[in-house]
Amino acid sequence: MRSDRAPLGLKVAAIAGLLFLHLPILLIFVYAFTTEDRSYQWPPPGLTTQWFAVTWNRPDVWEALSLSVRVASISTVIALILGTLAAAAVSRTRFFGRETISLLVILPIALPGIITGISLRSAFNLADIPFSFWTIVLGHATFCVVVVYNNAVARFRRTSGSLVEASMDLGATGFQTFRHVILPNIATALLAGGMLAFALSFDEVIVTTFTAGQQQTLPIWMLEELVRPRQRPVTNVVAMVVVLVTFLPILAAYYLTRGTDTVAGSGK
Amino acid sequence: MTAAVEFRRVERHYGEVRAVDGVDLSIAQGEFFAMLGPSGSGKTTCLRLIAGFERPTGGEVAIMGAPMGDVPPYRRPVNTVFQDYALFPHLNVRDNVAYGLMIAGQGRAPRRRAADEALEMVALPGYGARKPSELSGGQRQRVALARALVMQPKVLLLDEPLGALDLKLREAMQEELKALQRRLGITFVFVTHDQGEALSMADRVAVFNDGRIVQAGTPEDIYYRPEAPFVADFVGSSNLLPPEVTRRLGLGDGPAALRPEAVRLVSEGGHAARVTGLAFLGTATRLSLDLDGHRMTALIPRGADMPAEGSDVRIGWAPDDLHLMKVSA
Repeated sequence: MRSDRAPLGLKVAAIAGLLFLHLPILLIFVYAFTTEDRSYQWPPPGLTTQWFAVTWNRPDVWEALSLSVRVASISTVIALILGTLAAAAVSRTRFFGRETISLLVILPIALPGIITGISLRSAFNLADIPFSFWTIVLGHATFCVVVVYNNAVARFRRTSGSLVEASMDLGATGFQTFRHVILPNIATALLAGGMLAFALSFDEVIVTTFTAGQQQTLPIWMLEELVRPRQRPVTNVVAMVVVLVTFLPILAAYYLTRGTDTVAGSGK
Repeated sequence: MTAAVEFRRVERHYGEVRAVDGVDLSIAQGEFFAMLGPSGSGKTTCLRLIAGFERPTGGEVAIMGAPMGDVPPYRRPVNTVFQDYALFPHLNVRDNVAYGLMIAGQGRAPRRRAADEALEMVALPGYGARKPSELSGGQRQRVALARALVMQPKVLLLDEPLGALDLKLREAMQEELKALQRRLGITFVFVTHDQGEALSMADRVAVFNDGRIVQAGTPEDIYYRPEAPFVADFVGSSNLLPPEVTRRLGLGDGPAALRPEAVRLVSEGGHAARVTGLAFLGTATRLSLDLDGHRMTALIPRGADMPAEGSDVRIGWAPDDLHLMKVSA
């Protein structure tokens, strides 16, 4: 049963809920244009675009942004490789402890970031690994792998196993089969997983604080800026950029995987 | 002439499970060979052993006289039509058919031409640009067939290829497959659990049970001269007379098979039986009989005088029609 119209109360509640979720984000955007730079005063005394120029000329912003992009990119690449391989192993073969491995791979994303952070930090200390760019990448990869793995596993499960045999039967080696059959069938899943992984890494704070040395990724830099106010609207300008950088890939991933709900290769 | 496929004491064990347990087999070139058996009897595993998806744990598989040993599937001169067709969903029909030629490094133009020819052969001309998801089950089946045949295999393996089709389409495809095989002269090895399909299409049939071949022979052999009760039972609604009945009636020493249509009503001689049921089938009537405490059926053609249910009759058969089996089981 489906009624055509929702009761008025439900409509109001739904709209109020959506506003509560999204108005604060708009607020951030508005403060990026305010003329007042010490405290967030409402309503803004005046509007200006000068903070965009100021932000542009701040080297610390560029450093943080570049570090975040590099960390997110490399973590995503690592996640794509390891996540796909793990997914292929778990969904294509049967071996002792398969379910356990599946659980262990997913665990990092269920685990609170602070636990992951602390455990990684003590592990790095114990192994005498100096904190660096690579320790941040390692920390981020732990949960990026999960995102890619989950997407790839779902796709592998919907892809008929006989496709691989059919390809081999027609003369293709393992590598040719991967290139011509497996990759085209899981490509959109990998793209979606990769973008999600990138976005997750890009705004990660907790794990980063435990695994970074002196470097500041963009979210860490923003936290510091809020504690020590100096040209406050610069933070808001950066926040706008972050919203765009993380939102667009997620939107793209959503559209890319939307039309692929049919079971690939079910063949009946 | 070297055999197209030869099994020498081939075994495939999975731990304790003996999926294939000592199979000897020789399939001649140009033969239409059926592997018949219930599910779990080892027939599909045998097909996968030929294709190379499985490796024997014992014995040897040879194709065209060459031992296959560790030869991977992509270097064997055989191609498979899969039970679920396994068409590549991201490729259109033409690219599906041309896939093997593309892998073999053939140029774009010749492989497209070959693919179109193969599609014509399976009566699907002009379907090249469609996606597999836009085709019906029967059409997908033809595409899978074209994709395998375009590789010009020495042996074509078919894994229950008609299993997913409805009855009418099945019968049409049976005839078409048989005609195609005659025309191309390629060895077809065909796995099925449908005895009617195996008997009507194949030159020779191997009946599988529990990982072994129970009997291999022509469809006539299998149907009229089953060598084991399992074959008689699986292949058709034969009357199976257990050894105690044959001994008591003085017919022989082992179990015997007797086709219902071979049983006749006689006025004198023969054996006494009681009619326990009648079923009108159109061209014939099926009698359920009680022969000395053993249930059996007889098919009496139209026109004969039908006894009433519960009456006592005498039945007989030509001595040749009673097939005594060597093995007792």
